[in-house]
Amino acid sequence: MSLKMSNVTKRFGNFTAVDNLSLEIPESQIFGFLGANGAGKTTTFRMILGLLDITEGNISWNGNAINYNNSDLIGYLPEERGLYPKLKVKDQLVYLGKLRGMQKNDVIEELKGWLEKFRVPDYLDKKVEELSKGNQQKIQFISAVIHRPKLLILDEPFSGLDPVNVEMLKQAVVDLKKQGTSIVFSSHRMEHVEELCEYLCIMQNGSPVVHGSLKEIKRSFGKKNLFIHADFDLEFLQGLPGVVNYKATSEGCELQIEKEEVSQQIFTSLDGKGFIRKFALEEPSLNDIFIEKAGASYE
Amino acid sequence: MNKFWIVLAHTYITRFKTKSFLITNIIALVFIFGLANLESIIGLFDNEEDQVVAVLDETDTVFTPLQESVANTSEDVVLRSYEGTAEEAKDEVMDGEYEAFLSISMNEENLPEAEFYANQIASSSLSENLQQQMQQIKVAMATTDAGIDQAALEKIYEPVPFETIALQETAKTEEELSEARGLVYIILFMLYISVITYGNMIAMDIANEKTSRVMEILISSASPVSQMFAKILGIALLGLTQVGLFVVVGYLMITQKQDEMTGGVFEYFGISDVTPSTFIYAIVFFILGYLLYATLAAMLGSLVSRIEDVQQLMMPMIFLIMIAFFIAMFGLNVPASNFVTVTSFIPFFTPMLMFLRVGMLDVPAWEVALSIGIMVASIGLLAALGARVYRGGVLMYGRASSLKDFKKALQLSKRS
Repeated sequence: MSLKMSNVTKRFGNFTAVDNLSLEIPESQIFGFLGANGAGKTTTFRMILGLLDITEGNISWNGNAINYNNSDLIGYLPEERGLYPKLKVKDQLVYLGKLRGMQKNDVIEELKGWLEKFRVPDYLDKKVEELSKGNQQKIQFISAVIHRPKLLILDEPFSGLDPVNVEMLKQAVVDLKKQGTSIVFSSHRMEHVEELCEYLCIMQNGSPVVHGSLKEIKRSFGKKNLFIHADFDLEFLQGLPGVVNYKATSEGCELQIEKEEVSQQIFTSLDGKGFIRKFALEEPSLNDIFIEKAGASYE
Repeated sequence: MNKFWIVLAHTYITRFKTKSFLITNIIALVFIFGLANLESIIGLFDNEEDQVVAVLDETDTVFTPLQESVANTSEDVVLRSYEGTAEEAKDEVMDGEYEAFLSISMNEENLPEAEFYANQIASSSLSENLQQQMQQIKVAMATTDAGIDQAALEKIYEPVPFETIALQETAKTEEELSEARGLVYIILFMLYISVITYGNMIAMDIANEKTSRVMEILISSASPVSQMFAKILGIALLGLTQVGLFVVVGYLMITQKQDEMTGGVFEYFGISDVTPSTFIYAIVFFILGYLLYATLAAMLGSLVSRIEDVQQLMMPMIFLIMIAFFIAMFGLNVPASNFVTVTSFIPFFTPMLMFLRVGMLDVPAWEVALSIGIMVASIGLLAALGARVYRGGVLMYGRASSLKDFKKALQLSKRS
């Protein structure tokens, strides 16, 4: 049970939106699909869903091509949210659920469970246009998962939500994963990706620039972050060999160094200069990696 | 296939439950009810007293025959001989004692002439009526003066016998023609109105799903092509429900008022005894016409991303049906002209014009078959094209109102 993309290319006329993309997304995993705006994420999702034809290559789920015969196995939360504004939540979900092969009674039962879970049980008979944006998004999320899909595609699932609702939805995503759903998920919020995904890929101009497990990606990135809080001036560190980036903070500085060993030399050079309150070597954040890898497209 | 029925049912039920649908139906039913009871309604407002006309007859010979003939022709007009002067009579008309005042005198040739006075001369039925009766009396007096007897007069006025006979055996007779004309009229109007109403509904429905962006979820669950046709048929069923409701109510009204209605509208349209084949053609062309225009509307609707743009994109379609309608109106008088013959093979015009020809002329079977073939083929073609535009169009957002968007939509649904 895995999603496999081999050498997938999508061209619109002369423009190549996705270039020779090969990925495998294992079962019961959350796969982070990152990239700057316009990197080809949504196009890739639309190809997985069969909304767009693939120019070259192929995509398969469990060895089978994805089409309208097995679309019931797939759940989709599009980036552009959309529900029928004039329909009641119940009628809406019944229609969408039926289109995913469910029976009316099952939809209502599942829906009640989800509304309970999201702490909005009284929305069953409300029109969507009466709900706030964040709550509409909860309903949209339910519409993507109500039929218990095997493959769930979430395009920016947490945008526009307050922190409480983000936690609620995150928990729901983790629960779905535990139940065996494979989830592909895109986000611009790196902390969410770091928290949820074990595997990820960063797209740039239609092809992946980074691809693999989160740990592996961080290790192979090499560069580390060094946080120093001290009473004396730290500016002289800027010139040291191995220091890639220097950023002054209110209590000291934040350095990006080429490799772990550089920190040793910095530690030695600080010796005897004064009181050091903090000296911490940390893994690079996904944010750093993203900015370096995907940021190139802006240069 | 299953999902096709789900979309169809959803389209039908949500539309059926809207308030606007309910209100439209109620208004239409009230209208039908009013039409069926038109006579009693008019009677309700019209039970005024008799109109009394004061007549000052200087000739002494005209009043009596005039009073007789007026009494025979109109029930609510009473003539009364007036004794006073003309000025007094006019004053009494002004005061409302009399509806009008008629002054009759003789001219030099000893023939009657008259002046008619009323407060308002906007409503001309009374004066026209009196004028007509006066005319007859004058003719009678003048012919008697000239020494022509009554029998000779009748001979002069007798209409000439004139009969039109078609030489081809299969050609329609005069009665058949007027019957067909009536049915053609009805089909033309029904097609015109339903294409515009229901075509708009389809385009609106699709545009609504696009603007609310629910479309992306829909097309990831069910194929756009089956969605498009489910929409077209769902709205068609809705239309059938609506028309069916009107027909049933109308039929009940008519059977109830059989005596009043017979000889009225129905005789004019001659529905009572149209040949079954004309009826079958009417149904076939109506269905094909609806499908053709509905597919076009669905395609146009899928290109739009804002509700405001729907009307703009529908314009070409409305023009098409309007052109067809006007050619058909023109063709009712000259159904055999070359222009009508040629245009009846253009698929967008066929449902109106070919039906008009079939109804009014003796069209060879192959021509009818060919035109139906062309229509079916163009529906297929439009459906295939529409399905592709639909697939690409629904993913397309932004201002859509030109041919460029049409091409862009096609490109989006293409492989490379």
